[in-house]
Amino acid sequence: MTTVAELPAGFADKVLSAQSTFRSVMDAMARPGSIQRVTASAGTPAGMMRGSAAIALTLFDHDTPIWLDAAMSATPDVARWLKFHTSAPVIADSSIASFALVGNPANLPALDHFAFGSNEYPDRSTTLILQVDSLAHGPAFELKGPGIEGTALLQAMIRPRDLFARLSINEALFPRGIDVVLVHDDVIVAIPRTTRLVASGV
Amino acid sequence: MNAPTYNFAYLDEQTKRMIRRAILKAIAIPGYQVPFASREMPMPYGWGTGGVQVTAAILGPQDVLKVIDQGSDDTTNAISIRKFFGKTAGVETTTSTTDATVIQTRHRIPEAPLHAGQVLVYQVPIPEPLRFLEPRETETRRMHALAEYGLMHVKLYEDIARFGHIATAYAYPVKVNARYVMDPSPTPKFDNPKMDNCPALQLFGAGREKRIYAIPPYTTVVSLDFEDHPFTRYRFDAPCALCGAADSYLDEIVTDDKGGRMFVCSDTDFCEQRQAAGHHGALSAAPHKEKAHV
Repeated sequence: MTTVAELPAGFADKVLSAQSTFRSVMDAMARPGSIQRVTASAGTPAGMMRGSAAIALTLFDHDTPIWLDAAMSATPDVARWLKFHTSAPVIADSSIASFALVGNPANLPALDHFAFGSNEYPDRSTTLILQVDSLAHGPAFELKGPGIEGTALLQAMIRPRDLFARLSINEALFPRGIDVVLVHDDVIVAIPRTTRLVASGV
Repeated sequence: MNAPTYNFAYLDEQTKRMIRRAILKAIAIPGYQVPFASREMPMPYGWGTGGVQVTAAILGPQDVLKVIDQGSDDTTNAISIRKFFGKTAGVETTTSTTDATVIQTRHRIPEAPLHAGQVLVYQVPIPEPLRFLEPRETETRRMHALAEYGLMHVKLYEDIARFGHIATAYAYPVKVNARYVMDPSPTPKFDNPKMDNCPALQLFGAGREKRIYAIPPYTTVVSLDFEDHPFTRYRFDAPCALCGAADSYLDEIVTDDKGGRMFVCSDTDFCEQRQAAGHHGALSAAPHKEKAHV
């Protein structure tokens, strides 16, 4: 059995690491499709990338129910690490989660399993954190929307392959919708609900 | 006795996390007012508690902070907030618009163009643009949900019916990303066009009303108007008395009790930079000299 002493560490400097990680996430959200780097280092439980661990330490607490996909909950390591470092409740019902941590997005459930928020409170939605294969190589995606001057080009190896097709419901649902943060190692890209796919190629 | 020590940038970490989550949602839904659990700050409501909390949540040790109050770096509010963060976060402060990475503002947007990577934090007294038309929060929330903004156009129309033109001069309502009608805080409508397609991130914090909202960079911001009464900027028809600028927003300053007055740039940094570059206005000929009473 894992004891607390065997858990991977959190941030060495909680305050400034959380600040710099937040600024990376904020810049990513404000400039969809742009590559941002998480510089703060923290221990990571098995199955979690450095970027997702830093985001968890920065944004999760007792107010944010967390949903874990099958890959993240394969061993109790992630849930135990989150509970110790963030006090965030890990829940089974994805429709009331503030954040969903997805280790194997190929098996991402249909988006309507998550919270879209209401028309009165569109902020009460689930933010998806997807660990993807690459944010440097792979098919190109041309994006537009608030935060993007003209269009932005994102090259990424993303599963599910139809992620952007699924996210197109954001257009019909707006202001309700799903915001996504893509993570690969210590690199993050955000796709907020206002971002639209213009074209995709290989 | 030891001086009290504060967490970096005053706020505790749990509060910062809550504000940071609200900021991310605000950026994802441009113009939508995200409720947040505003804290009491060591300054009264109306002095920028919302803006201070947003600044405290985003500020890092490498940031350079500028604070302006009605365009001026030298007023009580601006100086005390700048000192507050100098003391609690130890960040570098500046009065230069171009050097700053975070600019907290009360009721103006700087004249110098903002650039990518900067964050403009507005202090907001009343975040709800529909509040004076509909006092019930449940109703205004539903109006935003349905994008039912007819009432705002009626208000602007009543201006035209009564005064012959849209007489709203500040807090002029805008539509963000063709969806939410938003209060730009009580900035003069002269500044409204600067919000459109701005390279900098714009964050709005209302402390007493407990709302945070945002305009991401490069986002469409349109001032509401009518085809036959298009939106127009307004400025006093005079050059700045100190720097001669003919395109900046001006403050009117009463100089005596006989009707004397002068117009000067409200943006002190802009005015000083122009004077340093050799521009002069009608009243800036000689530096002030002390006179001995006889």
